[in-house]
Amino acid sequence: MPEQDPKKRIRNFDEVPLGYTKEGAIYEAQRCLQCDPPQCVRGCPAEVHIPQFILKIVEEDFAGAYMEILKTNNLPAMCGRVCPQEEQCQKACVLNKMGKPINIGNLERFAADWAREQGVQEEPPKIKKKGKRVAVVGSGPAGLTCAANLVKMGHEVTIFEALQKEGGVLTYGIPEFRLPKKIVEHEVDGIKELGVKVVTNFVVGITKSVDELAEEFDAIFLANGAGAPKFMLIPGENLNDVYSANEFLTRSNLMKAYKFPEFDTPIKVGKRVAVIGAGNVAMDAARTALRLGAEEVRIVYRRTRKEAPARADEVAHAEEECIAFDFLTLPVRILGDEKGNITCMECIKMRLGEPDESGRRRSVPVKGSNFVMKVDMVIDAIGTDANPIVARSATGVRTNKWGYFVVDEETCATSREGIFAGGDIIRGTATVISAIGDGKRVAKAIDNYLSSGGSLKKQKKFK
Amino acid sequence: MYLMGGIGLNRIITKREIAPDIISLEIDAPLIARKAKPGQFIILMVDRKGERIPLTIADYNREKGRIHIVFQVVGKTTAQLSQMKEGDELFSLVGPLGNPSKVDNYGAVVTVGGGTGIACVYPITRALKEAGNKVTTIIGAKTKDLVIMENEMRKASTALLVTTDDGSYVRKGFVTEVLDDVLRKEKNVKKVWAIGPAPMMKAACDITKPYKVETIVSLNAIMVDGTGMCGSCRVTVGGETKFVCVDGPEFNGHLVDWPEFINRLARYAPQEKLSFETHRKLCGEKNG
Repeated sequence: MPEQDPKKRIRNFDEVPLGYTKEGAIYEAQRCLQCDPPQCVRGCPAEVHIPQFILKIVEEDFAGAYMEILKTNNLPAMCGRVCPQEEQCQKACVLNKMGKPINIGNLERFAADWAREQGVQEEPPKIKKKGKRVAVVGSGPAGLTCAANLVKMGHEVTIFEALQKEGGVLTYGIPEFRLPKKIVEHEVDGIKELGVKVVTNFVVGITKSVDELAEEFDAIFLANGAGAPKFMLIPGENLNDVYSANEFLTRSNLMKAYKFPEFDTPIKVGKRVAVIGAGNVAMDAARTALRLGAEEVRIVYRRTRKEAPARADEVAHAEEECIAFDFLTLPVRILGDEKGNITCMECIKMRLGEPDESGRRRSVPVKGSNFVMKVDMVIDAIGTDANPIVARSATGVRTNKWGYFVVDEETCATSREGIFAGGDIIRGTATVISAIGDGKRVAKAIDNYLSSGGSLKKQKKFK
Repeated sequence: MYLMGGIGLNRIITKREIAPDIISLEIDAPLIARKAKPGQFIILMVDRKGERIPLTIADYNREKGRIHIVFQVVGKTTAQLSQMKEGDELFSLVGPLGNPSKVDNYGAVVTVGGGTGIACVYPITRALKEAGNKVTTIIGAKTKDLVIMENEMRKASTALLVTTDDGSYVRKGFVTEVLDDVLRKEKNVKKVWAIGPAPMMKAACDITKPYKVETIVSLNAIMVDGTGMCGSCRVTVGGETKFVCVDGPEFNGHLVDWPEFINRLARYAPQEKLSFETHRKLCGEKNG
């Protein structure tokens, strides 16, 4: 897969991998053994018809390949780009034993990009309307997928989005160079053309409560994401140029601060930037800081490369772009001047100890190893917590001690009949594809619920 | 019905310049008006390329489905907003955000409004009086022309005191000096609300501290989403980090880390200046 040269790309926000040519895609597709039963599909939460769409590419029927993918997944251009295929479909590919697995993600991306460029679209479903109305809270990958599946089943669906633009994390979180926004817009538009309504600037829990929506809709899907940023809770963390990754990325991606002053939202461009954490979000923040003009960007992580939660590809991209990695390092305080500007950050060296409950080895401070790192900007990318706004407006919907909704593993049903939940708000920050998987499962569960006569409107009012 | 496009219109119904560069807008926003309470705010965007800025809800009319906002032109976004006309629609409007003021019958209370803070303290003052409090209100501005909403404030409070920094109207002096006078004379004041520019709120807290009167301030932090997602608006209150958007906007002013808050307000000062200057230059070219 050809990519933009690292020296050039750190000065622009254009996409890094350039995508297959027609010939390249056909060549890769021809390597597929068309196993029966296919192993790859087992690794895909969206149950994409992988061998079938790859066969269509071999036959040069690219529109057919796209339609085959759409049967189970309405966000192929996104999935092709941001799914961790190396841990899912491609991990299960039998060709691993003989060298390299099929590059399924990039083939999916090729089919979707080809269709977008050629203007190939899915027809709105010709199914009889069933007269039931479903509210979906949040227009991220879980919400969009669930909505698309439900309209195809004949239900009327309205998505409520808190921000001014659809897409959730795909819009505010993932940067342009990894997922161009025109692609998100195109796939959202495709879902709207199927008949899904989207209301933006509508904060469920504020504009209307979940309880109020329950009086207007037959079923509700809560897919509001895990919105609240975590901080390290160390001294100096409220200095001027300490950002949460959420703030930094939202300014750059949703508000287009990287185009300031053409767009009005400003963003700080640090000279020496430390990004705390080593997940995909940390890589996104570090690579964004670099593109905004930072001279030196470092990833500071308390464990080692082996434990880093980011995709190997993303770590490799960051390294190619000369982002420095300080493994086994933990910030202990951030120091600043009287105006609140950061002067430096004090860190301590760590070593790996016994495994914790997640199985990852705990990191333990090495006594007396404190040192000072010269930085003028710090970005916390250490994860998110549940934002309570939606949950507290939903009577009878149980949450666990972290504020995530408690759901049935199979159906994603919450403790209140007719209300379902999925995506990051049931498990914490995870992947786009697991959210898509939830969206699909919930669509089936809601269809079952409504088809068997269920409706929130029939419930006695929760007081 | 909002699904048919009621929401998303956000049409400006009336626009009045109530003082030089201070504008009052009445906006059609039924879903916000339906839920708005004193002390809450909205976030708006003027256009697609705009910034999301928070503004306090100065008033609301549930029957007509309208809200009022009052703002002073201080930068590009407020300048653009001031150039919008009746009938124009805002690109984005969301609310009511933040927690409402804790309105109760406390007995005697004082509300203080400085500059456009007068508009913010207005619905709180009215609600406090309706709840049975004896409300002494102090409003002030730099000069006579900038004293806004005097008549509304007089109606909303038990007693109204007006002051100007330059002495061009009623009396000379800061609102904080008047506040000191009031607290010296009235021994039974239970609570003070002080809303205005950050230095004024800090000064008001310094005045009330020796009197041991709880003082509520409404923090005008820099925000992006306004729903607890980004943490741009974080502030230290009583040693703990709080988000102004979801934990506030009102806090006990005696517990606020003012130097930190004031530093964070100036985070984007150079960019804000550049934005405003570029905008003014462009407007000048258009008009010239």
